[in-house]
Amino acid sequence: MAEIVSLAEAVERAIHDGDAVAMEGFTHLIPFAAGHEVIRQRCRDLTLIRMTPDLIYDQLIGAGCARKLIFSWGGNPGVGSLHRFRDAVEHAWPAALEIEEHSHAGMANRYVAGASGLPFAVLRGYNGTGLETLNTHHDSAPTIKPITCPFTGETLTAVAALRPDVAVIHAQRADRAGNVQLWGIMGVQKEAVLASRRSVVTVEEIVDDLDPRPGATVLPTWTVSYVAHVPGGAHPSYALGYSVRDNDYYVAWDAISRDRDEFTRWLDERVYAVPAGLA
Amino acid sequence: MTRQASIDPAAAGELVYTADEMMTVAAARALRDGMTCFVGIGLPSAAANVARATHAPGLVLIYESGTIGAKPTELPLSIGDGILAETADAVVSVPEIFNYWLQPGRIDIGFLGAAQIDKFGNINTTVIGGDYDHPRVRLPGAGGAPEIAASCREVIVVVRQSSRSFVERVDFVTSVGYGSGPADRERLGLTGAGPKKIITDLGILEPDPVTFEFTLTGLYPGVSIAAARERTGWDLAVAADPEIIAGPSSVELDALRNLQVSSLDR
Repeated sequence: MAEIVSLAEAVERAIHDGDAVAMEGFTHLIPFAAGHEVIRQRCRDLTLIRMTPDLIYDQLIGAGCARKLIFSWGGNPGVGSLHRFRDAVEHAWPAALEIEEHSHAGMANRYVAGASGLPFAVLRGYNGTGLETLNTHHDSAPTIKPITCPFTGETLTAVAALRPDVAVIHAQRADRAGNVQLWGIMGVQKEAVLASRRSVVTVEEIVDDLDPRPGATVLPTWTVSYVAHVPGGAHPSYALGYSVRDNDYYVAWDAISRDRDEFTRWLDERVYAVPAGLA
Repeated sequence: MTRQASIDPAAAGELVYTADEMMTVAAARALRDGMTCFVGIGLPSAAANVARATHAPGLVLIYESGTIGAKPTELPLSIGDGILAETADAVVSVPEIFNYWLQPGRIDIGFLGAAQIDKFGNINTTVIGGDYDHPRVRLPGAGGAPEIAASCREVIVVVRQSSRSFVERVDFVTSVGYGSGPADRERLGLTGAGPKKIITDLGILEPDPVTFEFTLTGLYPGVSIAAARERTGWDLAVAADPEIIAGPSSVELDALRNLQVSSLDR
């Protein structure tokens, strides 16, 4: 059963130094407030997992929380580079960052395998790409390998399951029992929660009863560890029906993140100086 | 910036437009009404929306966020802006968009951008210079592109042309075009036909039917073959009689500018 707790308590109890953490939300419903709380609690040596690192992981990487990044597209959508991510990869600032990269299809299938309790997923992909060969090149265990179909003999690609210690997502609402409801662009949040040992869900509102909503996903309370009430917790991402994506913020982030001092100032003023749960 | 000013502002009565606008309109024309199109963000998204606003109202736009049949009235900044979900025929999860919709070859056209592209249409959006562990420039990475390039029935690439971005061989193959030449796609088991056009801010390149090397087949008004050669990092082959592509019509330009004006007005 999910416990309804404060954001600070949820992060403190769910996320520990060295954990593999998947904060998901595909452009929509990105759990920014939870990410900022992780920075405030000065978590270290995290393996950060996310299809699109987006600004949220640019911030966590710049703040020195990450040891490794597992991802598939690390840009500022429609704007350009993630400068803190680039600075970590190109110049090891503030620390070296190990990377494990896939395509979106590969990452999505890795979460599906994790949620399904399988060791790997199969897809038609990666053939002929450089991603395929990165496997043999790194010290860590390979996560992409060819596999022969036992029925047709066709060569396909196997990708290793993702099983994070913790999934963190933002959703529109939960009821008082901790059942969670979300809708709109769904990304891989359901898969990430079901693939992970623990989960934290921040929500726009907590209601007495969840109205049925066609097409909505419900994560029953017994699949979730902690629910925290954090209105606006996705900003500058958004929660369909509650807020719109703050595109101006994404554009402005380019200048804030480009310069180390400017970024550090932003971190002090907008994260460390702000109490948990306030966006 | 030569990019923005390469087309001579016109004498009286002629439309004035930028090289980027010409490229976007040319890309829009490559899409036919009723097609299904998997759209990358940026230039491809702008072009697909111009097509939908002009000659192809029934174009089905599919974004990797799982929005199928999106009908935005302004250009989204990301592939997951709310307007895409709110106007879509269906919204599906990310595993579903890749596994059920893209992988089986249901989608007619993949519309991609590129940071670096080579003469066989292979795309690099991963690293430039140095080696993989110590790149000179770390780019965003693969996203949906490798599987879009592999599985859409055809691919069109929209990219600004320069001798730095149009290279003999990409530094890293993020998405496969024709690999190292004829028969490579079959050998690799890639089900789609591969890139059919590279649409740039100078003109259009298409693969040679025998060698699969990208060849200049079309030029925009006022652009010379010499200029195209100068902005290509390999020894560019040129078709016997490259087509001179018509400049944008007022309808096309209005459609593009209206989309951009409304997105700036957010």
